[in-house]
Amino acid sequence: MFSSRRKFIKTLLSVTAYGLTASSGLFYSACAQAQWLAESFKAVSYDELLPQLFPDVEFIDSKKIKFRRLPRTAENGAIVPIKIISSIKNVDKISILVEKNPHPLIAEFFLSPVLDPIISARMKMAESSNVIAIVEAEGKFYRHHKYVKVIVGGCGG
Amino acid sequence: MSSIKIRTKHLNGQTQIRTLITHPMENGRNKDKQNQLIPAHHIQELWVEHNQSKIINCNMAGSISKNPYFDFLLNGGKTGDEISISWVDNLGNTDSNKTIIK
Repeated sequence: MFSSRRKFIKTLLSVTAYGLTASSGLFYSACAQAQWLAESFKAVSYDELLPQLFPDVEFIDSKKIKFRRLPRTAENGAIVPIKIISSIKNVDKISILVEKNPHPLIAEFFLSPVLDPIISARMKMAESSNVIAIVEAEGKFYRHHKYVKVIVGGCGG
Repeated sequence: MSSIKIRTKHLNGQTQIRTLITHPMENGRNKDKQNQLIPAHHIQELWVEHNQSKIINCNMAGSISKNPYFDFLLNGGKTGDEISISWVDNLGNTDSNKTIIK
């Protein structure tokens, strides 16, 4: 009797706590990020966007960042696989950009230190263009790029 | 059924987390058969938790392919640890799923 009552209260408490944290987390992220997301992911040219995303930043072209799976020629621009491998330590953030896409910023990954900076994804490319990865680690910005030829564009419009 | 599939695998002391999400990822520039623009509908934010602590936060837009796939490499990760993945899209829909590392 005693133990089951105790158990019941414990479960009740944990369930409420979980619900509260989950809902507040969602609420927080939805509100705080919405404005900022719209700014970063808007449709402007790459040359305009880059100074907005990274104001007053000097990029270091680094061979420590490598692309895998990214083809030299992509037959279908709607699905272009990309894998970024970086041997730079303490990576905070990885951004992927495509120079000639209508929305140049593809994605941003904020990584915690328990992760290896190895990421893969699939992206869309409107036309043949440079694919750029920017890795932010300890306040420095490393950059790597590769030219990908696209036969059929995948952004529509 | 959840829109998120998660697979985990041990690789030399590390854990590979792969995920496949069912989502249209419309960027708002495509037209349908009646030549009308399809409104944008894409995931805005995705996060991965390892035992309830956030390890990845990812912002994205319609430039990620339809039915997005991601993989990540976690240092460590024991059998029995919980991995959960959640997303929010621009229409306010949300979904999450979790798995236990085998």
